[in-house]
Amino acid sequence: MKPLFGSVVLDVACRLSVPFIILFAIYVIVHGHDSPGGGFQGGTILAATFILIRMIRQDVKPWGLDRTGALVLACCGLLLYTGIGLLSFLFAGNYLDYGVFPLPLEAGKIRFMGSFGIEIGVSMGVTGVLVLIFDALTEEDSQDDKPGEPT
Amino acid sequence: MKHFSWFVMLIVAAILIIAGRELPRVGDPEAPAATHVSPRYIERGHHETGAPNFVTAVLADYRGYDTLGETSVIFTAGLACALILGIRLGRSGEGGNA
Repeated sequence: MKPLFGSVVLDVACRLSVPFIILFAIYVIVHGHDSPGGGFQGGTILAATFILIRMIRQDVKPWGLDRTGALVLACCGLLLYTGIGLLSFLFAGNYLDYGVFPLPLEAGKIRFMGSFGIEIGVSMGVTGVLVLIFDALTEEDSQDDKPGEPT
Repeated sequence: MKHFSWFVMLIVAAILIIAGRELPRVGDPEAPAATHVSPRYIERGHHETGAPNFVTAVLADYRGYDTLGETSVIFTAGLACALILGIRLGRSGEGGNA
């Protein structure tokens, strides 16, 4: 497959910047409780790394995340969110009532961990959806590259 | 008919301007919106939710349903993109995803 922007300079720039973007995304997700940030923002930054790698090296699916994987990731994110909500039913709480989980922590920290769990769910969902939309919009290119192939 | 439209528009504009004078000032601590649940969020949000930032406390804890709805909206948007643009999904068929 012919890369769109493939060149050595872009390749090296991509390799250098991607780890820092991923680190920043994780920082935004984890530190979202104390500072501006959270699941939506961190998930978007994380999706930016996948999209960057796809634009520069089109044949590479980073970490095996093809478009089916992106959809599965988005489903898993939403499932994690609703699963944490449903899990609180098991401990006789209301929906999304994180205070009832029997974790060996003080009360405020348990709610903190519950909302941290849903932030991770949100970030997984946003990452998956953005990568899926990017793949859906660039789908036509991959079909044009192999004309005449029977489907 | 055109004059009638102008007439209706002026009436509505007058009503909105008259009603707008009665609205509380922006940032008024005595406004009804600032006296209902906001004091509880500000005073007890940190102890009740363990979040040091009460934007997070409201978004992730008090208004958890709201955030669930936002996530569902984004997920639905992505699913609609995939369905409308008709991309091939699945790993077993077609070999497109190898």
